[in-house]
This record gives sequence, structure tokens and C-alpha cells, in this order.
Amino acid sequence: MKISTMKELLGAEVLCCEEKLGGHVYSACGCDLMSDVLAYVKDQAVLLTGLVNSQVIRTAVMMDMNCIVFVRSKLPTEEMLELARESGIVIMNTDKRLYDACGILYSNGLVGNRVK
Amino acid sequence: MMDEKLTFHFDVDGKDFTSAGQASVQVKKNLRQLGIPTEIIRRVSIAMYEGEINMVIHAGGGKATVSVDEECIEIVLEDNGPGIKNIDQAMQEGFSTATDTIRSLGFGAGMGLPNMKRYTDVMDIYSEVGVGTKIVMKVNIR
Repeated sequence: MKISTMKELLGAEVLCCEEKLGGHVYSACGCDLMSDVLAYVKDQAVLLTGLVNSQVIRTAVMMDMNCIVFVRSKLPTEEMLELARESGIVIMNTDKRLYDACGILYSNGLVGNRVK
Repeated sequence: MMDEKLTFHFDVDGKDFTSAGQASVQVKKNLRQLGIPTEIIRRVSIAMYEGEINMVIHAGGGKATVSVDEECIEIVLEDNGPGIKNIDQAMQEGFSTATDTIRSLGFGAGMGLPNMKRYTDVMDIYSEVGVGTKIVMKVNIR
């Protein structure tokens, strides 16, 4: 799914790396536990989360994820956005809840990562 | 690729949870510059990141050393923390001694050590209660 399509579906606001909206994600993960995110590799994936701290960005960097969506209108700090810019990760936020945001993306064809 | 062993040293600050992971981000950059395959870099950096977080959460920081040669990448993490009482138990997914504060930050789910083992080819833990912990991990390049 194109990142710009996700933005439209979630009614999301882009907070950094807008120039990368043309990129694609191939799987998704909705989670507030970073160690669970780190347990299974997802290439070019989006992370949807309600957790807001620098470790969310670093987790995405480690996993080579290319987009993070903060749910329930949560706002990252400028320091977090700077970390994301360094790695070219698109950051968005949406007023939707985690369950709803995941459901919308899933029902539009973005399936989760298969557990190996 | 390279004739000699390259070594990178890092001090992991135990006081600041926000900065935890900085060394792993730097290692990722260094390995990329060396032309190491993406999949290998990802495994090394995830394993080291979990280790770094562990050192900050449990041990008040420590030291990380990453060595690269033609055959493999070795990560050595050393701390002077409380040590691990029961390593078999600590290796079980879901077992954690982390506080609720750490859980509210997204860690302490009992996946750190299992994830480190999952992403590396060799992982050895040496730990003594009251003295500290040393973890040696290796990821084969070929």
C-alpha cells in the first residue's frame, strides 16, 4: 500500500518526511510493546502505535520500517521527529484509535506480517 | 572486504532511557558504510539494541564492543549490574523483572534476551549475581 493511500484512509496528518509519501509499505504492525515489534522482522512496514517516546523511532530504525502512525492524535516531540528525519521515516498522526486504524488498513488490503 | 578486524567501542549511559539505543544506531551506520548486507545489519542492530536497552533498564549502563572481520560480527556487552539469578528463566519469552515504569515505556515484556538469541548465530551469557553480566553474541556474515 502506498503511504499516501494510508494517509487518506486514516485521515492522518503528516509530521515529517512528506517527500516520501510515494513510498510503499508491505506489512503492518499495531503495537505498544516495542520488544514484540522487534521479535519479527518486517521489511518496509508501517508501525501503528499509541506509545510516544524516542524508542519508538529507534525501534523502527532497527527494523528498517519506513512509516510510523501515532494513533489517538498523539504528538511526537521535535527530538523524535529529528531522529525520524535522519532515517527518512514518514511520521503521521491520526485521531483514530489503534484498533480502528489497524482495521481500516487491513480491510483495505494491508495485511499483517506472517509469523515465521 | 577488509583485511583486519575493525572494532568499535561504546559507553552506554545508564541514566537516560531516552538516549538508549544511540550506540546501536551508530553501529548500524558503521556497518552500512562497510557494505555489510542489509539483512545481517538488521540482525546485529536489533540484537544490540535489545542488549543496550537491557543494560539501561537493569544495570545502570555498561560497555558495548562490536568487532567486524570477514567471517562474522561479534557484539560484547558488559555491565556491573546486579547480574542474572537464573539465566534459563530469563531466556523464557515473557519472563521479566522490569518495573511498571519500564513497561509503560514499551519494554520489559520479557522478549529482550529471547530476541537477542533469535537474531544471532551464537549467544553466550556469563553472569554473577552482585558482580555483573557479560553477553557475547555473534552473527555470521557468511
